[in-house]
Amino acid sequence: MSHDLGVWVAALLTLAALSFLYKDNLFYRIAENIFVGVSSAWVFATNIHSDLIDDMLLKAFPHAFHQPGPPDLKPLWGGLIGLLILSRLIPGWTSLSRWGIAFVVGFQTGIQLFGAIVGNVLLQLNSTIVPLFVPRNLSATLRNGLGTLGTFTSLSYFYFSREQKGWFGVVTRLGVWFLMISFGAAYGSTVMTRMSILIGRLQFLLSTWLGVIHT
Amino acid sequence: MIKRGVFLFLFLSASPVFAGDEKPPMLAHPYVLVTMLLMIAILYTYLLTAKKGKLPFIRTLPGLKAIDEAIGRATELGKPVLYLSGLGDVDNIQTLAALSILSHVAKKAAEYDTPLIMPSMYSVTMVTAQEVIKEAHLRAGRPDTYNPDNVYYVSDEQFAFVAHTNGVMERMRPAANIYMGAYFGESLILAETGHATGAIQIAGTAETSQLPFFVVACDYCLIGEELYAASAYLSQDAKQMGSIKAQDVVRLIVLGFILVGSILETVNLPHYADFFQKVLGGG
Repeated sequence: MSHDLGVWVAALLTLAALSFLYKDNLFYRIAENIFVGVSSAWVFATNIHSDLIDDMLLKAFPHAFHQPGPPDLKPLWGGLIGLLILSRLIPGWTSLSRWGIAFVVGFQTGIQLFGAIVGNVLLQLNSTIVPLFVPRNLSATLRNGLGTLGTFTSLSYFYFSREQKGWFGVVTRLGVWFLMISFGAAYGSTVMTRMSILIGRLQFLLSTWLGVIHT
Repeated sequence: MIKRGVFLFLFLSASPVFAGDEKPPMLAHPYVLVTMLLMIAILYTYLLTAKKGKLPFIRTLPGLKAIDEAIGRATELGKPVLYLSGLGDVDNIQTLAALSILSHVAKKAAEYDTPLIMPSMYSVTMVTAQEVIKEAHLRAGRPDTYNPDNVYYVSDEQFAFVAHTNGVMERMRPAANIYMGAYFGESLILAETGHATGAIQIAGTAETSQLPFFVVACDYCLIGEELYAASAYLSQDAKQMGSIKAQDVVRLIVLGFILVGSILETVNLPHYADFFQKVLGGG
């Protein structure tokens, strides 16, 4: 059995969290509140240190922190946007916060669209264009054919300008089948991953904490 | 939404950048520029048509009908509705769609005088959601029933947020759980807990890796693009409706690309097939 206080705290909190499998109880609530409180405090402290001090104040006012180099006032724009969001705390100034939120939403959405479209659309499409018949290779022909058919029918399911009736309904239903089969495969794969996480946690309890088994 | 469509073709044309082409891609590949301009024209045509009042048809989604039923059930049982906008911040397009759907849910809940609980993982999302719900209460003619304390920040840490939300489900026993937006490893934990409490569950996400869990554990599920279509359908906003229609046209063109490109690959016409590969990002 471990003599490390940290291991004991981690083990007891693990058991408290797992007790939720039975029902909500005092131990789970204690673990829940510790988790929420500690993580919120950690995020707050990290943001203050890295975003506010390191990324903004240190760059804008290096001499105040006894740092060399010329001041760079550009990061103060970020601080201004942050202040705009906080302005909702002042009665009568609430509408200013929308400017800050609008900036964050617009700017970040624009940035993220780039990666999303390249990763989720372009590369996928590029991979979809394949020969539907590969001479003397039945498995490749089947793979390519099913892949193209699956992509085609699944995409048809997401065509919203028409009711899914008649021949179009048949196509979209086929698309749903392809989607469900892929979901099933993904589900099984993730269950295996979760099992490995559970095994890791049990190893921690039985080996690191109790020392019942040796890994 | 319109921007998503425009950017799709903007990035189609920008794809050679990833192959290390330093020349502006649209100048290096004028046919891509022509394609892009054509697509922008499609988008703006439908946008302007919708703005003039001719809203395009969007098919109904079963999950949307279920939202009203779920809120009605919560009202009958005298229990709250739990709404989650996902684990994305407001910079995530899925969160924006979730907030758009929230507007409808909040209005309906306000009309029925049913409490709407919304724990939030991000402070900016929380603030935005408060604005959305407040406005929904005003539209429902029930500004007095708006309670900002029902929309609150929990933690930026993924599983701390989930631990709290699970606790809320067990303690408050909401009659309806609505999960919209981006979800990750916690989707099944949330949906299973909600299922165990007997709540009606409606989910919608474009995170393909998490869809299987919502499909399994929820009563209704908006799959992928349906999340965005739902947002447009519920808001009946001309811009969103027009962009959905334009996206459908774009989708048809993309389907055509796949079909024609595959046929050309099959009949071994590499020159033409190469054209499609280039347009689609092969460089």
